[in-house]
Amino acid sequence: MQTWSLVSICVLLAIIARWGVSLNSYSGAGKPPMFGDYEAQRHWQEVTYNLPIQEWYFNTTNNDLNYWGLDYPPLTAYHSWICAYIAKTINPEWVELHKSRGYENTQHKLFMRTTVLVADLLIYIPAVVLYCLYLTDGSSKKKVSIMFCFLLYPGLILIDYGHFQYNGVSLGFALWGILALGLGWDVLGSMAFSLALNYKQMELYHALPFFCYLLGKCIKTGLMGRGLFLLVRIGVTVLATFALCWLPFLAEPSQAMQVVRRIFPVARGLFEDKVANTWCSLNTLIKIKSILSGDSQLYLSLACTLLAVLPSCIRLLTKPTFWHFKLALVNSSLAFFLFSFQVHEKSILLAALPACLLLNDLPLMALWFLQASTFSMLPLFLKDGLLVPYIVTSLGFLFFSIYLLSALDHCSEDKLRLGAYNKLFYWLPKMDLAFIVRWKFYISIAAMVGLSIATAVLIPPPHLPDLFPVLVSTTAFLHFLGTFIHFNVVQFSEPPSRKSQKKSN
Amino acid sequence: MAADSCSWFPALAVGVSLLKCFFISAYRSTDFEVHRNWLAITHSLPVSRWYYENTSEWTLDYPPLFAWFELGLSQVARRFDANMLQVENLNYASPATVLFQRLSVIVTDVVFIYAARECCRCVREPKGSRDVLSRPSFVLAVLLLWNFGLLVVDHIHFQYNGFLFGFLLLSVAKHLQSQHLQGALLFAFLLNLKHIYLYVAPAYGVYLLRSYCFAQDNKDGSVRWSSFSPLRLLALGAIVTSVCALSFGPFIAMGQLPQVLSRLFPFKRGLCHAYWAPNIWALYNVLDKSLAVLGIRLKLLEEAELPRASMTGGLVQEFEHSVLPSVTPTVTLVCTLLSILPAVASIWLRPHGAQGFLRCLLLCALGCFMFGWHVHEKAILIAILPLSILAVESREDAGIFLILTTTGHYSLFPLLFTPAELPIKVALMLMFTIFSFTALRKLHSSQGSLLHPLEVIYLLGLVAVAIACEVVFPLSPWQQRLPFLPLLVTSVYCAVGVCYAFLRLYASLLLRREEKPKQL
Repeated sequence: MQTWSLVSICVLLAIIARWGVSLNSYSGAGKPPMFGDYEAQRHWQEVTYNLPIQEWYFNTTNNDLNYWGLDYPPLTAYHSWICAYIAKTINPEWVELHKSRGYENTQHKLFMRTTVLVADLLIYIPAVVLYCLYLTDGSSKKKVSIMFCFLLYPGLILIDYGHFQYNGVSLGFALWGILALGLGWDVLGSMAFSLALNYKQMELYHALPFFCYLLGKCIKTGLMGRGLFLLVRIGVTVLATFALCWLPFLAEPSQAMQVVRRIFPVARGLFEDKVANTWCSLNTLIKIKSILSGDSQLYLSLACTLLAVLPSCIRLLTKPTFWHFKLALVNSSLAFFLFSFQVHEKSILLAALPACLLLNDLPLMALWFLQASTFSMLPLFLKDGLLVPYIVTSLGFLFFSIYLLSALDHCSEDKLRLGAYNKLFYWLPKMDLAFIVRWKFYISIAAMVGLSIATAVLIPPPHLPDLFPVLVSTTAFLHFLGTFIHFNVVQFSEPPSRKSQKKSN
Repeated sequence: MAADSCSWFPALAVGVSLLKCFFISAYRSTDFEVHRNWLAITHSLPVSRWYYENTSEWTLDYPPLFAWFELGLSQVARRFDANMLQVENLNYASPATVLFQRLSVIVTDVVFIYAARECCRCVREPKGSRDVLSRPSFVLAVLLLWNFGLLVVDHIHFQYNGFLFGFLLLSVAKHLQSQHLQGALLFAFLLNLKHIYLYVAPAYGVYLLRSYCFAQDNKDGSVRWSSFSPLRLLALGAIVTSVCALSFGPFIAMGQLPQVLSRLFPFKRGLCHAYWAPNIWALYNVLDKSLAVLGIRLKLLEEAELPRASMTGGLVQEFEHSVLPSVTPTVTLVCTLLSILPAVASIWLRPHGAQGFLRCLLLCALGCFMFGWHVHEKAILIAILPLSILAVESREDAGIFLILTTTGHYSLFPLLFTPAELPIKVALMLMFTIFSFTALRKLHSSQGSLLHPLEVIYLLGLVAVAIACEVVFPLSPWQQRLPFLPLLVTSVYCAVGVCYAFLRLYASLLLRREEKPKQL
């Protein structure tokens, strides 16, 4: 069969899976007074459509910032504004100022779901298809298999089409950036990534690897000659893109400052809810929030994050190859997720995107992490009534990624890049690491299945109401920490494959 | 892709089963309530009341074996939500009920998956290691398991066809493997589960009589009367009567047979279903309608004299034709019998083994679909699924398959009319169509193109019809005045394709008969 037909079948399946999930409930459905992210997105449409652009980020009589105030960068606001125009032509009630609060019905749900699908079809899905076709190696069947797993990653589908968000847009822009960098179009890549940053500030998780890769590349080509020219071009592109996105807010400094304040809410505390990161997991042992003041929490997390990001970024700076870039993206986003301030459970998607890029090179590790990342959001899915789609998509992803990528067949020490561990632990008797890894994988999958069932079915003891969410987040945290350490080790061991070297040039 | 030659089948089966789970909360038709009601009837009422109960308008109108099947399901249903098992709880659809009913369809599809596996075993594999994706058995497995029509009708619209087609395909596979008694047993079960499979009963009857009861043929392929084996006929008869006794026995004992039969064959319904199935009668109705319009234009007819035009909308079940003679059930019966007669006669004269039987089965199914009384559009699946087996084996049949499936599947579109399901039906249809076109072309790549350019143009016309009916029409002002127009256009356009496929299939059967002796 020709590649085009396999690719189109893959994309169609991805659309069916996405739309199948979207038939289910969304966050905050029928839960006044605050509802959930669905209402937040609808409210932004209402605000951006009805208010002048100067009022969008300010608390005014018509714009109550305590009710889902806009707290994403301008591109999100523009996107809401475009959607609002379409909404207005279909049914003006959907975006009526004040009166439309908490508006819910099946038609409106259909409209909102469609906007997500359209955004995905325009930005995320083409990026994935092009990435898999041009930047993974192997037969066309192999490429399509990777594409299939990439497109069917459950976490993103469940959050975007179940819970309701537009992560596909920011992640899609970031992926366009990665794609362009991989193909050697550095200027276009930095522009795409700037757009991603301007859609969601969380894309900062990926910013350092982008910066280090481009800088390292400039240094390698010679900072005095062509490298400098490239650096200037990239710098100008980034500045121009940012200026373009922020144009309406640049007239007054107070405007721009207010946007920045809204985007980085430092006052909200070290963490909220149950997040599978270091602070929340540590909280079960030490109550950090009560020991440290707000500011020192901020500095502590900042210091830890920088420390965690540093090694992989320095490595990337000295060896700016695409292979190291991909690894640094995972490491940096995981470092941010594990250690930074005010992390949401959904932010794990930022680490999941670069992990998908590694499905071809390190199938077992990548899919293991991806599975754990989906699992870490289980309490959220349960709250949104997405248990059935969670089970279906997770089982499907686990089964097909193992089957199509033959993840468990090719797991010799060499394939898993475990060579470095033998050097690290040279003083221990030599063990079959691949065997151990495989058993760890089985045990971890069993633990995730067990905990999923327990969370969904069992009623926690009355004195420990949060037992299962805490267990889920701690288990997921252990997985993330393990992945973080492993990918750092892989990045510091020499790249054994010729293929990744070849591609970086 | 794993190199192991067998591992792809479970992967396909798991994949499609998970896909079906996505549709759990999708739109469901009144058939959902029909089956819930039957669960309630069989669970809470004594057997003697089953075919008399009429609290709900959806009375039990499947044969008794299906009622027993529902009784079995209801034992599990009790654990999900006992309230669904009360006859008075009309239109009851709690989340647990929906989950249970949807899962029951998905789980009972195991029969279908097993049958598809057996069919794949019957396909000749060409020698030499070929790519998995272009092996006939792989293509057949996808064509069966991922069939668009079954997914849409069973898992969105809601019915138990997968389970039933499992019996049909399994029985066909048994015949292909020359295990005739098993095949007959399975078909007897099938008939007692859903009587619509009477469509293909003539093919079974004649084939079993001809190729099983007469053990040998003459050299020229005609029947050798002396080889008749009464023992085999007795065995067949015993199988069929015992299955029927199991199913109908209790009702015969209670003297309820007339009541049961009146429920099974309700001739009070009209010639065509609310939405016209794409068959001869759809063309006939349109011809009648256009003659009437033409007559009024040319002042040959008086508008007042015509019976009230009642073909509008989907609500009216019975209507009279205005110009052409009205069609009675007897006429349809005669037409149907005439249409299948040559096929049946052909396998009596020269059976051509199980392949010939399969071809005859298809013609019976299509003949009944074309000329039957009150045919549902879903019945096209009885032809599409078995035709998949032939399509992977010969180029000629692959071409017919592509025309029949594409038009037949498209004619199922009006089943799902809710806007939320539009992306799913379009994507599923595209996926299946792209796969069947590319895979079959690859499979028969050595023998030239599968379709005549005119056929390609006709099929491309479907895209135009789809866009016009699904996108343009709802936005146009005609939506208010002529709401039935898209249904009419769809069924007429598809009827042309189905008729053409029927004729081509007939031609392939009859021409084969003449070719064969030349080769010998």
